[in-house]
Amino acid sequence: MREVAVLGVGMTKFGELWDRSFREIGIEAGLQALVDAKLSSADLGALYLGNMASGSLIDQEHIAPLILDYAGLGSRHLPGVRVEAGGASGALAFHQGYQAVASGLVDFVAVGGAEKLTDVPDVTGNQITSAAADHEWEVVFGATLPALWALIAQRHMHQYGTTREQLARVPVQAHAMGSKNPNAHYRNRITLDQVLAAGPVAEPLGVFDCAPLSDGAAAVVLGPLEVARKYTDRPVRVAACQVACDTMAVQHRKDVTVLDSTVVAARRAFEQARRAPRDIDVAEIHDAYSISALVSLEDLGFSEKGHGGPDFAAGRFAPDGELPVNMSGGLKAQGRPFGAVGVAQIVEIVRQLRGESNERQVKDAHRGLAQDVGGTGATSVVTILEEAS
Amino acid sequence: MSIARFWRETPRRYNLGGSRCTTCGTVYFPPRLVCPTCTHHRQSIGKMVPFQLSGDGEVFSFTIVHDPAEGFEMQVPYVVALVRTVEGPILTGQVVDIGPEEARIGLKVRATFRKLREEGKAGVIHYGYKFAPVDELPERPPAGRLAEAPAETARGEDRAPA
Repeated sequence: MREVAVLGVGMTKFGELWDRSFREIGIEAGLQALVDAKLSSADLGALYLGNMASGSLIDQEHIAPLILDYAGLGSRHLPGVRVEAGGASGALAFHQGYQAVASGLVDFVAVGGAEKLTDVPDVTGNQITSAAADHEWEVVFGATLPALWALIAQRHMHQYGTTREQLARVPVQAHAMGSKNPNAHYRNRITLDQVLAAGPVAEPLGVFDCAPLSDGAAAVVLGPLEVARKYTDRPVRVAACQVACDTMAVQHRKDVTVLDSTVVAARRAFEQARRAPRDIDVAEIHDAYSISALVSLEDLGFSEKGHGGPDFAAGRFAPDGELPVNMSGGLKAQGRPFGAVGVAQIVEIVRQLRGESNERQVKDAHRGLAQDVGGTGATSVVTILEEAS
Repeated sequence: MSIARFWRETPRRYNLGGSRCTTCGTVYFPPRLVCPTCTHHRQSIGKMVPFQLSGDGEVFSFTIVHDPAEGFEMQVPYVVALVRTVEGPILTGQVVDIGPEEARIGLKVRATFRKLREEGKAGVIHYGYKFAPVDELPERPPAGRLAEAPAETARGEDRAPA
């Protein structure tokens, strides 16, 4: 299997982009990544596009050729593949692009992620969010996606003594980082008291425990590591990229406080990279809900099981902590355009490893990890990136 | 949701019809065609039999929902729980007939047949199970004996929905 490198990255601002269409944001991110990679679009061999719900959101399916067409590549007849895994669609698209280059079948691929969530009213957006859960056996009975994560939270609090305040620390840090990220949906800082006083969504989770509905797109260009230096001075090697699935519904999990898909994807990824959690210098993880961040930190091996809350509150995952997590602001503050999220995590880690993150830069970041989760954990994708030596 | 899509699930949603693997004895809800527990999955194909849950169980986790699912707007705030049934499977459903503040882990509940939601003024009305608190759950045979429990038809007749 051949080694793969990230040659270029790009992303749009995330947020309520009312003046911009799906195809516009998709192309902006893609062209940025191509320019960053100093790669001619003539060299591209394929497009993998992560998107969760364009059909329900903008009445448009068949979006890979749409993006290729408006990127000016219609007459080049490239293969375009849309990839869907709920909120993990972007990360899974990255995985598909990685496999294509690693296999040797394609030399250069563009991986994009794009979602346009604000062309529908908030209520509709929330319903579409819940479509990543099991419709027939969860949603029909009154559960929403935040309600299902709240069931995980309540059980986590019961089993491990996790507190409401510990959960609330997650969005406070996310907004602090968002305030330093020009691409973030939310750039305002919030306080612990504001999080605790906010209106409830599904108790114990309140408004600030839940990531927003955002528009946005992100893209990366992948190619063989052996030729990467022809295109960039700072190639980033894909040390591992692994996917794992689990039961669709929370009710069928062996232990509802554990994301087995993350546990397994992480184990496979650390094996592939021949690394351990302690080797990671910076991470982007799934904080769509405050509880999802805590269980992810545990299940990736960064915290002992049940210790995510106290560890987070103690500052272990703060910008100056042992392992800085979600320096982008995460899904909570940078934003949550489903299909774009997993690709934007890769963009953030690549920029951190290249030392391009300005105010958010983590010192001595040589190796980073990205974890993206679909639904309540039916899919997890874990990617490890390293500075290419 | 189309009429057929809801209608075809009525045996499960009205009567708690699950399935049981005759190889390992594990009970599932909703019913499955293949047993996820058996090491050799293929062995279970064709050996899954209908099995009706009693509807008795305990709250395993819960949440009070304020931002409702579609069709539940008139019910907020409402309690959604994971209920661990005495037969083993965990079900997701509302807990009713109590104030939201009374919900707690360990609460003993029994399934009850209720209206779930309506599709607008002229649309289909969806019915199914919710859970209501009970003081006591009846004594049950130990879980190991479930493999010998009678299949759905016999029990389905004497356990019509409440």
